[in-house]
Amino acid sequence: MKNGSTTKTTASKSAKGEAEEAGARVSADAQGSNGAGDTAEARSFIFLPPPRAEALSVPDPLNERGELVCTDETTLAPAQMRELYRWLQLTRLVEEKLVNLYRQTKVVGGVFRSLGQEATAVGTCYALRPADFITPLIRDLGAVLVKGIRPREIFAQYMAKAWGPSEGRDLNIHFGDIERGFVGPISHLGDMIPVMTGIVLAARMRKKETVAVAYIGDGGMSTGAFHEGLNFAAVQRLPLVVVAEHNWYAYSTPTRKQCAVTNLADKAAAYGIPGYVVDGNDVVACYEVMKKAAEFARAGGGAVLIEAKTYRRKGHAEHDDQRYLPEGELEAWEKRDPLDRYQRHLISNGVATQDALDEITADVRREVEEDAAWAESSPMPEAEKAAYNVFDNSNVPPAFRPKVFGRGE
Amino acid sequence: MSAAAKKEHKSNRPERGGVVTFVEAIRQGLWEEMERDPSVFLIGEDVGVYGGAFKVTDGLLDEFGDGRVIDTPISEAAIVGAACGAALMGMRPVAEFQFIDFITPAFDMLTNYAAKCRYRWGAGVAAVFRGPCGAGVHAGPFHSLNAEAFFMNTAGLKMVEPSTAYDAKGLIKAAIRDPDPVLFFEHKKLYRLPRLREEIPEDDYTVEIGKARTRREGRDLSVITFGAQVLTALDAAEELEKEGLSVEVIDLRTLAPMDREAILATARRTSKVLILHEASRTGGIGGEIAATIAEEAFEWLDAPVVRVAATDTPVPYSPPLEEYHLPQARDVLDAARKLAAY
Repeated sequence: MKNGSTTKTTASKSAKGEAEEAGARVSADAQGSNGAGDTAEARSFIFLPPPRAEALSVPDPLNERGELVCTDETTLAPAQMRELYRWLQLTRLVEEKLVNLYRQTKVVGGVFRSLGQEATAVGTCYALRPADFITPLIRDLGAVLVKGIRPREIFAQYMAKAWGPSEGRDLNIHFGDIERGFVGPISHLGDMIPVMTGIVLAARMRKKETVAVAYIGDGGMSTGAFHEGLNFAAVQRLPLVVVAEHNWYAYSTPTRKQCAVTNLADKAAAYGIPGYVVDGNDVVACYEVMKKAAEFARAGGGAVLIEAKTYRRKGHAEHDDQRYLPEGELEAWEKRDPLDRYQRHLISNGVATQDALDEITADVRREVEEDAAWAESSPMPEAEKAAYNVFDNSNVPPAFRPKVFGRGE
Repeated sequence: MSAAAKKEHKSNRPERGGVVTFVEAIRQGLWEEMERDPSVFLIGEDVGVYGGAFKVTDGLLDEFGDGRVIDTPISEAAIVGAACGAALMGMRPVAEFQFIDFITPAFDMLTNYAAKCRYRWGAGVAAVFRGPCGAGVHAGPFHSLNAEAFFMNTAGLKMVEPSTAYDAKGLIKAAIRDPDPVLFFEHKKLYRLPRLREEIPEDDYTVEIGKARTRREGRDLSVITFGAQVLTALDAAEELEKEGLSVEVIDLRTLAPMDREAILATARRTSKVLILHEASRTGGIGGEIAATIAEEAFEWLDAPVVRVAATDTPVPYSPPLEEYHLPQARDVLDAARKLAAY
């Protein structure tokens, strides 16, 4: 520190110096140095370096043959572990069936896959209590199914059928069921964070120990609603757990064009809440991290941010040819497939035999076919039903198409 | 609050009924609904300790506690979103915008979330979104908004704007009990206007949403209006009476869903209609009213439907500029005389 007369010069000089220093520190950090001992000289302000530049990741758990499996650190009973496999398989097969139906033009809208990231939705949701609430994103079909929504409801929604929960009014998982703790998302990313904050605010007023889980992605976290909602939940110390699925692409936009942090969990610091980073392709780890986070939130600790590092192996929707992917990336992540990996894990740990897993898969296949057939057998909605339910129709009449020169009819 | 402090604490509870101002009527309504139904709660910026920028929620924090009167960060999207989430859980939130101008940061939450929930999956959002609207107080482009036209083209939102103390209390209660989202606009000029002081009943009463009110009957022409402009219309009607013109004044009270029957009835009765609103003319809700009359009461008309509204500019700050922008009593008089003579 220089004497008082030179402080101003030092300070103004160090603005540029800090920027350079920050850049230097970032690269130093990337090389494993802690960058300490190289601070600004002024005493009249404090310089906070940007968060560590390296991406946080946990070491890969390997089996005896050196193959990638899941973490051994678990409280799950063997029966639960086999059930988890069932949910993963159900998620994948429902989506594969949807692609089939889409190619037969039976799905009216788009199909959005969660291929490669099923473990995040399934594992985290499996750790919740029945009375807890979730709001998924389109790539969290697994969480929706674990919450008790049946595949037939999903098929009917995608095919715009009258028997779907929204009776043809909205797409895919855009519906809700308060009884089952499921609040469907809307297309506007981030909007559900404030809504889920309201869910747990109401639960607290009613003296219930409800935890709400909101799924969001690396893209959705850039919205204003995300910030407002999480900030409010943090201020109110509400039991909201946000699962940030870092799948590296928002449509075609990579994370580096979405935000300047390396770990999405780094953002937790801005809200004064704890953050976790988990391997999103390890279903057991996803379960365990949510168990811990939900416990913390439920006990009055407030909001939590979990970043699950995973990868979106399909395009934004079925039409997307993924021309923006760097060469080799897809192949690298195929090797980390959460379902293959979990299957190996179960077998090498003696939790299930291949035969037992095949039996589960066959059973899931049956359910998928049955439910898809049920949904296909549903009629399309009657056209005039479009007029109903804008408001409570016991209060306000339906919005029928008026006749020309109808004279008030 | 400590036990000792609580002992000394005197409730700031308003009277039931009595002679009240417009703001006091709303405060009574909120208070009584919170007493009646424990699921009613308030959420907004500075609604608690400070009692709201216009003191509409004054004293409610002390009475009902910070679990039911919630001060929030400056986050309109979070306020509206959280109100929606709470409503899905069966609560009855009343969210305040400090000024209606700040409804725009929550536009998405209102138009995409609150408005469409029932339609999409049958989940009505029983929430009230209220706040001070309106110009004429030299508050400039960001504290003078009349927001109704923004939301008129969104199916699923009700909109209410009272012009009397009686209606303000009855409508806020009806809005809180309504099963769908209601935007409740309070013209800030009316809050403490001595002219609006009136005696309101002691009993619990509501005013039905969706019903206009004839404020003055007349034969020669109708003025269809709402909010603070009702006063302009009534003054003009009085003035025109002296000139031998009998003017009917319809106070819409509810802007959505609009009382089409009342609009058509007055058009058929007087055959000449002047629509008056404080928001800008182009794309204002006057156009919708005029179109309704043109489509369904054309044969009854003896003159074109006339609109008197603000000019198509933001609301300017300086008094002469604002006066030029806003519809004035003389504009109404001038338009009414021309319409009568048509």
